Amino acid sequence: MGGLVGDIREIIFETLRSSLPKPVEITENTHIVEDLGLDSVAVMDFVMEIEDRLDISVPLDKIAEIETVGDLIAAMQNLRAGS
Amino acid sequence: MSLFTKFASLAAQYRQLEEAGANPFNVSFDSVLSPTEAMLKGRSVLLLGTNNYLGLTYDPAVIAKAVEATERYGTGTTGSRIANGSYAGHQELEQALAGYFNRKHGMVFSTGYQANLGMLSTLAGKDDHLILDADSHASIYDGARLGYAQVTRFRHNSPEDLDNRLRRLKDTPGDKVIVVEGIYSMLGDTAPLKEFAAVKRSYPDTYLVVDEAHSLGVLGENGRGLAEAAGVEADVDFVVGTFSKSLGGVGGFCVSDAEGFDILRVVTRPYMFTASLPPGVIAATLEALHQLQTRPALRRQLTENANRLYDGLAALGFTVGPEPSPVVSTVMPSPEAAFAFWARLLHGGLYTNVSLPPATPKGLALLRSSVSAAHTPAQIDHAIAMFAEAGRELGLIPAAGAKSQGEPVLATAK
Ligand SMILES: Cc1ncc(COP(=O)(O)O)c(C=O)c1O
Repeated sequence: MGGLVGDIREIIFETLRSSLPKPVEITENTHIVEDLGLDSVAVMDFVMEIEDRLDISVPLDKIAEIETVGDLIAAMQNLRAGS
Repeated sequence: MSLFTKFASLAAQYRQLEEAGANPFNVSFDSVLSPTEAMLKGRSVLLLGTNNYLGLTYDPAVIAKAVEATERYGTGTTGSRIANGSYAGHQELEQALAGYFNRKHGMVFSTGYQANLGMLSTLAGKDDHLILDADSHASIYDGARLGYAQVTRFRHNSPEDLDNRLRRLKDTPGDKVIVVEGIYSMLGDTAPLKEFAAVKRSYPDTYLVVDEAHSLGVLGENGRGLAEAAGVEADVDFVVGTFSKSLGGVGGFCVSDAEGFDILRVVTRPYMFTASLPPGVIAATLEALHQLQTRPALRRQLTENANRLYDGLAALGFTVGPEPSPVVSTVMPSPEAAFAFWARLLHGGLYTNVSLPPATPKGLALLRSSVSAAHTPAQIDHAIAMFAEAGRELGLIPAAGAKSQGEPVLATAK
């Protein structure tokens, strides 16, 4: 399972990097809205990419709770574990 | 003032628009003269951004009915249907809508926004699932938030992604409610409804809601919207819509064959806890619905006008939406360009709309137009000429005679 956790992390970082207009240093503490300048729809669109990669659906209320990249990783790991 | 600090950056942008004397979000007409003309700061403007698709706002029969009902029944109902009683007109309109759509039941709301709030928050309960097209209107998102269902969104107009999401929910209990629109209000594209219906049919306990706000009176042999045009009305469980566009009034509705539909009247909060529509509005809407049904020429004229504008703007080299419809949007390189272009058009006497993210898909800045059956071909041509002049002046399109480069049509398929 450790491998899967690492995979999810990697997939999220990769997807996030490729959906930003310019390269930005991203850590688990990066604040998705404030630091990356994504609006609410852009965040949902970006989560969609991750949903595809992991074959999961993330409910909108879960997305609304996500503030940092670390929150996002944790939410995806929980959903994957629960599915 | 600290309450508003969270809006500081937005407020600064808004102030800038105000100071420039051209704020698309704060236009106030001196007077409106017809479905296609108004006065603004003492000058006459051509209206090309009103959603007045059939131009019925000044129809003499519609006005006469509104006046008559207002004189007879008063200006307002001063209360809600359940607490303070319905007037005969409310039921009459509900029956007329149900009859027009060949459905058993109809329910009228005070706005289309409230129809979506009411239907989405009520149809899907705590253990159910709402599955929304990603580019859904704000009222659909808000309706989803008002209820307790789990909400997910699928890629705009993608039957494949809808299928993915239903598949992931296959072993999860609860009903699944899919929500799509007939014509999308930002780019004017239609949903692949036949394909969506097929996906829906392949899963149990799955229902389809179609918001025909922009397609009622516009699409379909009888104007019933995209479901009629696509031949899939039997697969659509609930149709929602508005009186504020093709019917030229205000209000919203839902029609359905669902058994036990009327229980919604005592569980749907946006229906219960707000005043019902005034008699004048109800009577005007009934008459407008009658006109919509008996004057198919309006729909043909609207389609001709829409095609004329769409083709004209595409030929100039503007990036337009994926298909012609009464909503004709051109993609601007930035919000600033959209503001400048909008102001330049208005200065020349043409009123359009600016649409910006997050209301627009894919972060696009749009200069949005909507066409009416009431526009004359000469008015459409005049509008196209103004787009050409302003577009060239601002460098948004190639100079006259030059070949346009690039893709003129915005593809939505990913
Ligand atoms: C798709 C859609 N649904 C609902 C509405 C709301 O309609 P109303 O103006 O009646 O509140 C609109 C109008 O903006 C719309 O575009």
